[in-house]
This record gives sequence, structure tokens and C-alpha cells, in this order.
Amino acid sequence: MKPVFEYTNAMRDKITHYCPGCSHGVAHRLIMEVLVERGELGKAICVSPVGCSITAHQYMNVDMIESPHGRAPAVAAGIKRVHPKGAVFTYQGDGDLASIGGNEILHSAERGENICTFFINNAIYGMTGGQMAPTTLIGMKATTCPAGRDLDNYGMPMRMCEIVQTMDLAVYVERVALNTPAHIRQAKKAINRAFEVQKQGLGYAFVELLSACPTNWGMQPAKAMEWVDKSMIPYYPLGQFRCPEEVK
Amino acid sequence: MAEKKLMKGNEAFAVAAIAAGCRYYFGYPITPQNEVPEYMARELRAAGGHFIQAESELASISFIYGAAAAGARCMTSSSSIGIALMQEGIGSCIICELPCVIINVMRGGPGIGSIQPAQADYTMVTKGGMNGDAHNIVYAPSTIQEAVDMIYKAFDVADDYRNPVIICVDGMIGQMMEPVVVPEFKPVLEEKDIEKVKPWALCGHKNKRDRNKINSVWLDHTELEVAINERIWPKYERAMKELPEWESKNLEGAEAVFVAYGSTARIAVEAMELLEEEGIKIGLIRPKTLWPFPDAAFDEIDKETTKVVISVELSMGQMLQDIKLALEGRYPTALINRVGGMLLTPNEIVERTKAVLGGMK
Amino acid sequence: MSSTKKIYIAGFGGQGVLLIGQMLAYAALFDDKEVTWMPAYGPEMRGGTANCTVCISDKPIASPVITECDILIAMNGASLAKFEHMVVPGGELFVNTGLCPNPPKRKDINVHYVDCTNIAEEKLNSNKVANMVMLGAVNKIANIASLDTMFKVFEYTLKGPKAKLIPLNMRAMEAWSE
Repeated sequence: MKPVFEYTNAMRDKITHYCPGCSHGVAHRLIMEVLVERGELGKAICVSPVGCSITAHQYMNVDMIESPHGRAPAVAAGIKRVHPKGAVFTYQGDGDLASIGGNEILHSAERGENICTFFINNAIYGMTGGQMAPTTLIGMKATTCPAGRDLDNYGMPMRMCEIVQTMDLAVYVERVALNTPAHIRQAKKAINRAFEVQKQGLGYAFVELLSACPTNWGMQPAKAMEWVDKSMIPYYPLGQFRCPEEVK
Repeated sequence: MAEKKLMKGNEAFAVAAIAAGCRYYFGYPITPQNEVPEYMARELRAAGGHFIQAESELASISFIYGAAAAGARCMTSSSSIGIALMQEGIGSCIICELPCVIINVMRGGPGIGSIQPAQADYTMVTKGGMNGDAHNIVYAPSTIQEAVDMIYKAFDVADDYRNPVIICVDGMIGQMMEPVVVPEFKPVLEEKDIEKVKPWALCGHKNKRDRNKINSVWLDHTELEVAINERIWPKYERAMKELPEWESKNLEGAEAVFVAYGSTARIAVEAMELLEEEGIKIGLIRPKTLWPFPDAAFDEIDKETTKVVISVELSMGQMLQDIKLALEGRYPTALINRVGGMLLTPNEIVERTKAVLGGMK
Repeated sequence: MSSTKKIYIAGFGGQGVLLIGQMLAYAALFDDKEVTWMPAYGPEMRGGTANCTVCISDKPIASPVITECDILIAMNGASLAKFEHMVVPGGELFVNTGLCPNPPKRKDINVHYVDCTNIAEEKLNSNKVANMVMLGAVNKIANIASLDTMFKVFEYTLKGPKAKLIPLNMRAMEAWSE
């Protein structure tokens, strides 16, 4: 009998420490599946962030290094210069990428570093226990804005795709979501295009994945998926901001 | 014999790194070391290497962290406050056992400080700066030729110990010109050979082995203790045996012994000559490694004649603390220093030495 | 100590102050002597002043930083006023006459007046080698290096299309006389 579904061998045989309903597991698997399908697993090198996914090397079967907080794009650029044919990518959350690592992400895009960045935006700090992120929505509660993020103190949430796409050499910028089967299928295609951009040496590829954090949002997983649709997507619209002809 | 060239210190540091097989340099401008990145920008790509002006020192050291993890010989340089910014990355290189070379052309501090020569980063580079139990291996050359030779060697030491090596000079050595012989260019480790020479490096597993992981977080803290006890500290114990280097001069019959490193040692030597003309015999211990500190050098002091050991430094007695530890109470100590970017002059050292000796009578 | 020649050169940016020092340093190098060249660096550079120290010796040079000098080259009036005191008694002071309206005050040193800009323009038809005229004067009086050595210095520093400037620079070495 022909198998219709197989668990990817690119995920290591290990139960993850992620909470029920967390999107990290889905994101990990999509990236691993894409690398296997592209035949690039063996040349992939991942830079993990400071955040819940810091020890993603427990789960992803690729060479991996943990980065100091926020510096993953610079670390990845250093690796890519040594291994120009490698499939080098950073996997970063919103605190890591948009807050402390804001500078590195912009300058990697500015230089057109030939790497991929997968940006897990769940609008909150996960590992440290639910503090406000630069992407926390107005009115959304977090432990450091217990009454909800207020405009007066903290301004408006950062839309990273919109910022990154202003850099000419960030040639591929797309925002996807991981909350429904249809969105997940789109996300996988986006991840594939990002690696294709790198393979063809076209420039910097940036994929934002809207994700759920039921634990820190204080919601049941199913509710969290709905909340991505209802609250996140209206502020963080899905779609391609930039895409080179070569990978369309 | 190889050709002697007149070179500016900062440029000589850069060429020494290229000669040692370094093909990756990442740096951010800061006075007084700007000729290092400028030279690299001109010459490194021509030598088939990679130069990036990073967006900050935080990024510089992160590029290094990545390139070292990928198996390359790599270097960054900065000055004092820039090195302070790099500390998180340097500590990460240490616990991840990633070899790299860092040049610190010191200036006055703390804070933005002054851009004139100083030695006030002594404690930062030898005892931390970064969090946790960690050391850098630190060389302190006092001439441009010595700096070139130490940088040339530093890449091998870094690879051997899988630890960052810091070359600590100051604005004087960085900015001056002296004749220098550039050593022979070493062959460069090619990308295809990295996984053989450095099996721990990140090259992609090619579906042939388990994935390599380089981690600096330890969710199981018992493993971190094991890593420090069994991987990091045995290396440091070996370093303390193998690496200390120093130069000593005129110790026999010396009334007092100067301890000075780097540019200050040169000025101290001139002061010694002036004092000798007045019949005051002074010896010198010049540490060439600041960590590990050359404790054994202090066993050579002439017990019969030496009354006092004087730290001559451009900081507030930072090295004096190590001298006291090395002396274990055998001799009284004194400090002759300037700070903030001010240099000692030979005459000032002479006068202050006489005051120290006068006070002992 | 006295075997080390300490030279201080001061003026403003664009006068070739650092270059005079480097040429002296190269000359010492080619004569197999020990040498250090040390510029003042930092904000004063941006402010338009330029100065550097050259030490030449038969033995290794301890300190490249000096508090007194055997030879001072004052390329402008401000430098003359500021650094005249550094010259050791019996030392040599070279004054760029055209830009030093006030004469030096010291009586215990040997003063040499070098109108290097005029000499360059009138004798050599080039205002670009004024600094080299000064270098020639210093070299002649202080006996730093032979003309053969200076020729080697120019050969080394003026390469490619600049090599055609070597004869002009060599003439500058001999343009001044007391």
C-alpha cells in the first residue's frame, strides 16, 4: 500500500517542550518538510533565537547554533560567508527579532544577506512568561501591560514585513499564518519560495508566520486559532509584499 | 631574510592576521583602531577573503560567532567601549568553544572616555567583562613586531584552545609606525576541508551524520556545571601551564622591580636607564601574556636586594592586584600610574620611583 | 639616550607634516637604523593641526613618545610658539619662515630659517614640494641620511605614475642652503 502520509524524518524523535496549541511545532515541521522535499536538509544550517525555540536543535535534524539574543541574522550571515552554498536560515520570535534584534534584521535586509529568516510572530514574549512584545496589539494584555497595551506609553505594534520590504535587497517578503489548514499550506509554499530565493542567490528572504501562544494569551488552543483570524490578521495582513519573478 | 617594512601598528595587525590565514574580518569603526578595518577593506577581498563593516560591535562579534562556528579563522577589532559592547558574544564564544581573535586597541574609560592610549581594560579582558566563569587568553605586545608575531600565533592558540584570544594594545602601538617583518603567509583552510579539521563545526550534516549543535543555553543546569568543570576549566589549567610568557631584565641586584606591559613597558625601560645613570638599579618584569598572568616571573626577583615591586600601568592598579597575588606577600608593592588617556613620561616615572624608594627608608 | 635622535614636526593639515616624518622614518629604515614614527591623533587632527614624532637610533627605541626633542620642525607660527620649549639646549630648530612671522625666542639652540614655500616656487617651479624642501634642509643639517638613501626612499614611496616626480623631489633635497 502506498503511504499517504509520513512523519518527516527531518524532525528528531523527541517530544517537544512546546505548550499544547503552540505554533512552533507546526513551523518546525513545515521548514523541515520543505528542506527534505528540496533535498537541502544536509546543507541546512539554522540559527535559533533566544525565546521558546532556543533549543530547536533538539527537534530539527539540521546543524544548529544558538544565537545571543537578537543577533541571529548577523550570526547567520557569518555562517553563510563561510558556507556560501549552505541553506542558512534564522528562526526568530518577535521579542528576539523585532525588539532586541531590530538592528540586525534591518541591516541583514539592507545588505541583502543571502539567507532566510522565519519570523514567528505571536505578539508576546513566550519563554519569559507573557511580557509585552513590540508586536503586542493595542489593548492586548501582557504581564508588563496588565491593563492592555496602551497607545500613550507604547505606541503602535511594529509591522515587520512592512518595514523589511522597504529594503531593496529584501527581495522576498511574505506574511502567512499558522492557524488553519489552508493558511498552513500557504505557509509551506512561502517557506519553499524563501529557500528557492536563497538557492538562486537572489537576496534576503523574510517570511513572517502569525502564530498562536494559547498559554500566554490565556486561551484554549482552538480559541487562540480563532483569535489569530479575528485580531491579528486584520492588523497584520497576510500576503506577499515582495516576490522576485524567478520564484513566483 | 624577509623584507623589513615601515608599517603603522593597526595596518600591521591586519596584515599579520591575513598572513595567519584569517580570511574573515568583521568590524565597526572606533578610534584609535580604524586603520584595521580600513586595511582589511582594501586587502582582505583581494586575498580572497570577506570583509564586512558591521552595523555595531554587537553585530561584529555575532558575525565572528557565526563564522567561527562555521569553521573559519576570523577576527574583529575594536577599542575599549566597543569591546565592552561585545562581551555577551565573547562569553558565548567561550562556552561554545569557538576560536577567534579579537584586537583591543585600548583608550581611556569608563564610558565613551577619551581616545588617547590607556590600559584600563586590564580587568575586563583578563577577568571577565562577560558573565559567568570564563577567561580570554590575552597577549600584550609592546612593539609592532611583537604584535605581528603574537597575532600570527594567536590564531593557532585560539584553534588549539577553542577559546577567544585577545590582543591587547593601546592607541600608541596602534597609531605609531615601526619597521616590521611580516611573516610568511600560511595556507588557508579551505571550505571543503573544514569538516575534517573541525568536526564540531557547522557545515550541514550532508545526511551522513547526526546534526551538530552549538549551544550556549543549558536548560539542565547540572550539564552546565559539567561543561565548565570538564570542558572549559581543564583547558584553562593547561593554558596556565603552557601559555604564560614574560620578559625580565636586570633583576639581579635590583633595588626595585618595575612590572609593566605594552607601551608602558617601553617608557619604563627608558626610566630604568635614567635611574641607572643616577646609580639606582631597577629591574623589569614585562608580562607578555596578561591571562594567564606570568606568576612564575616573580620567583626570579633578587631576594637579597629588591625592596619593592612597582606596578607601572595606565590604570588604577588593575594589574597590581595580579602582581600581589603572584607575590603572595613576599615583597611590598607600589603603584606608578596615569589614567584617562594620559601617558607616563620617563622623567615622571623616575621622580615617582625615587619617592617610593625614599618612603621605604 | 643621546644616541637617539628625537625629531618633532608640527604644522597644520595639508602641509605634509606627517609625510616629512614618514620620509625621515623610511630613510632611517633603509640605513638599517631603529626608528619609530608617532602621529598625534584624535580631535586635534580634525581641528587642522598636524604633528608627529620621529625617533631614530642605533639601538631599539624605548619610548616613541617624547617630552623633549633634538630637532624641531615648525611649519607654522602657532607650532613654533607652542613647541619651541621642547628643543634641548644646543638642539636644532627649523623655521618655515614664510608662515612664522614672529622669530623664535630661544638663544641656546641653533635656528635655521627655511623659506620652503618660496624656494619651492622659485627654484623648483612647484609649490607642492615645499615640505620636501624642508625635509632636504633638515636632512642636510642633521645628517640623517645620504642622498643615495633619500633616492631609495623616493623610489619606494613614489611608484607607478608618481615615479616621474622623483627627480623633482631629489632637487628639493638640495634646494636650500643656509
